[in-house]
Amino acid sequence: MSAQVEVLEVLAAPGAGCVTLDARGRSYRELNRTLRSLATRRGVSRISVTNVLGQRYIGTNLRGEIEVRLYGTPGNDLGAFMDGPVIYVYGNAQDGVGNTMNSGKIVVYGNAGDIAAMSMRGGKIFVKGNVGSRSAIHMKECGEKKPLLVVGGTAHDFFGEYMAGGTAILLGLSLGPGEYHKANFIGTGMHGGEIFIRGRVDPSQLGAAVKISEPAGDDMRRIADAVGEFAELFGYDAGEIMHEEFLKLSPKSLRPFAELYHAGSRDSLQLG
Amino acid sequence: MKSYLLPQFAVHRDDDRCIRCKVCVSQCSFGVHAYDDEDDEIRSNEGACVGCQRCATLCPTGALVIRRHPHEFRPNANWSEEMLLDVKRKAETGAVTITGMGNDKPHRVYWDHLLLNASQVTNPSIDPLREPMELRTFLGRKPDGLLFKDGRLITDIPPQVMIETPIIFSAMSYGAISYQAQLAFMQAAQELGTLCNTGEGGWPMDFRRFGRNVIVQCASGRFGVDPDYLNQAAIVEIKIGQGAKPGIGGHLPGEKVTAAVAATRMIPEGTDALSPAPQHDIYSIEDLSMLIYALKEATNYEKPISVKIAAVHNAAAIASGMVRAGADIIAIDGFRGGTGAAPRVIRDNVGIPIELALAAIDERLRREGIRNRASILVAGGFRNSADIIKAIALGADAVYIGTAALVAMGCTLCQQCNTGKCAWGITAQDPYIAKRLNPDIATRRLVNLVRAWTLEIKEMLGGMGINSIESLRGNRLHLRGIGLQEWELEVLGVKGAGQ
Repeated sequence: MSAQVEVLEVLAAPGAGCVTLDARGRSYRELNRTLRSLATRRGVSRISVTNVLGQRYIGTNLRGEIEVRLYGTPGNDLGAFMDGPVIYVYGNAQDGVGNTMNSGKIVVYGNAGDIAAMSMRGGKIFVKGNVGSRSAIHMKECGEKKPLLVVGGTAHDFFGEYMAGGTAILLGLSLGPGEYHKANFIGTGMHGGEIFIRGRVDPSQLGAAVKISEPAGDDMRRIADAVGEFAELFGYDAGEIMHEEFLKLSPKSLRPFAELYHAGSRDSLQLG
Repeated sequence: MKSYLLPQFAVHRDDDRCIRCKVCVSQCSFGVHAYDDEDDEIRSNEGACVGCQRCATLCPTGALVIRRHPHEFRPNANWSEEMLLDVKRKAETGAVTITGMGNDKPHRVYWDHLLLNASQVTNPSIDPLREPMELRTFLGRKPDGLLFKDGRLITDIPPQVMIETPIIFSAMSYGAISYQAQLAFMQAAQELGTLCNTGEGGWPMDFRRFGRNVIVQCASGRFGVDPDYLNQAAIVEIKIGQGAKPGIGGHLPGEKVTAAVAATRMIPEGTDALSPAPQHDIYSIEDLSMLIYALKEATNYEKPISVKIAAVHNAAAIASGMVRAGADIIAIDGFRGGTGAAPRVIRDNVGIPIELALAAIDERLRREGIRNRASILVAGGFRNSADIIKAIALGADAVYIGTAALVAMGCTLCQQCNTGKCAWGITAQDPYIAKRLNPDIATRRLVNLVRAWTLEIKEMLGGMGINSIESLRGNRLHLRGIGLQEWELEVLGVKGAGQ
């Protein structure tokens, strides 16, 4: 493809390995190309981007151990298919944060939009505020790869729909006293993974596929690890968060729809 | 509950010919044949027979004949036997009936109502035995125009993938088909200089070496989709729909999710692999565009991005949106397209024929002046080389073949793919059964099929006086309809025979 896109101006190099870019007026294609080229530059370990305004796909196809700090509001699909980098968003994020993400970390110091962590397979996402609809939808896991989504506030409908693996945690810190979480249909079609919820949720808000229980075994330890990291990132007191009870949601069945279908051949009927 | 379903097939064994070799016993994965030691006799449980003909094909003495069971209900034009059995089956299970392969209903096959042209007197036909015939095809977006400066091309050419023949192996996932079957597709595609499609079930690591000949899918389940998966393939295809089951998702039952399938799909072993009906990041053309460009970003704009939909009523308008959304290739799957598992009622009743969808889409894109912006791949029941060449004349760039390729490997369309018991080893996941498909022999059979069809296409092209498939593409003057009504000719954009 064209090599005509100029490299964005590198504003400053405040410390070893740190560079700053101004994204004002830049297309996502231009910005992302520049990020990729900087990330492969020897010695660059952190890139700060100012005036981010709606640029999509930041972090996509950015491989390796690089830290990206975004000031402003990144656009949709932040970190889509991402593999490795750590992204901090000092602002709100839009839809599709960590879409089909493979590894790495995304930290949002604000709210995130719909389908956060959709189909995420590995890595971690921390959102200080709330997330939109269908977040944690179809999260999955494979072997050692277990994705983690921690949301400080609440989520909208269909949180954890079709969830097939990984851990999603709602902390409910944005809810007033006695206020219920916003989401309905939580865990609809869930057939893997786990959801931990702190704060009030009525059984009518849950999908038919989920089983409610108290955290058991090493659940609390894993929640404490996640909450510890969350609290450190956003300046909360982890102990205070852990003081309240958590609810665990897990799938009733690894095969929620099996009995709705029949193979059709005569021999698979129970004869006799 | 006692089942009221009657056997579908009758097993006739000629006892004089049978040598008790027990090949039928070991080959039947549905448990029809059993050897009785005491009586030295092989008995057959006809009720379990699916008519796949594996036993009859391998019987060394030709002792077996498997035919439709002769039992008859009182004739009734409204209530055919199939209808009766379907009601009874549901009464016994209370469940959606799942089946495999494509729509088997006697809808009109438009290919059989289209006739090809040939040269006579006014232009010479070409002998493909003596003269080169160009079937090479480039898939990908073509620029709106070409700009030259000082005799040098300065227009950026979007990524193109070259195939030597306009025949591609359709999407079939590992999990739906066996490891051996997918290996055969990869090997055959490489040898033929064409492509095969992984389907949405991931891409086994051992097959990554075939990357130049592979289309990978990014579907609603996002199984096995990671940056390497996307970057090692030649083309990335967003799967929105499938001809056999438009509008619905799919699920690979937990029992077919073996350790190897789970690792490839990147999910835990034994869980249902659920593909939701929609992609949950795509609720509009604008959202589709977002995923197309996410994939372009993820692959550094080096690969064509394809979008596959089922042929449905508004396919032409949707296709226009897909092209405008940035798809470099659009793939359309007609209602005769096969499946590893779909509800029978959907397979047999939803969608439209690929012939009509293709004609409508090609026409629409031309009228809007954007036909160059995407290649068109078509799928859904291509049975022979004439179907393929007619599709090209209707405007297709290349054709996906699925069912025909499976038939080449041994499939007899017994429609049991979803059971995982395929006696031919093609859709089986049980390693004992899957191993009976020798990947090298299957590769040979696939290569032979495509070679034969390619030669036949050259013969037909030569007869039309055309030496390059490019000259036939969308050239509907080489087609005439027969036995079609006015509206059908209009949709197909062809004249009637004699006109």
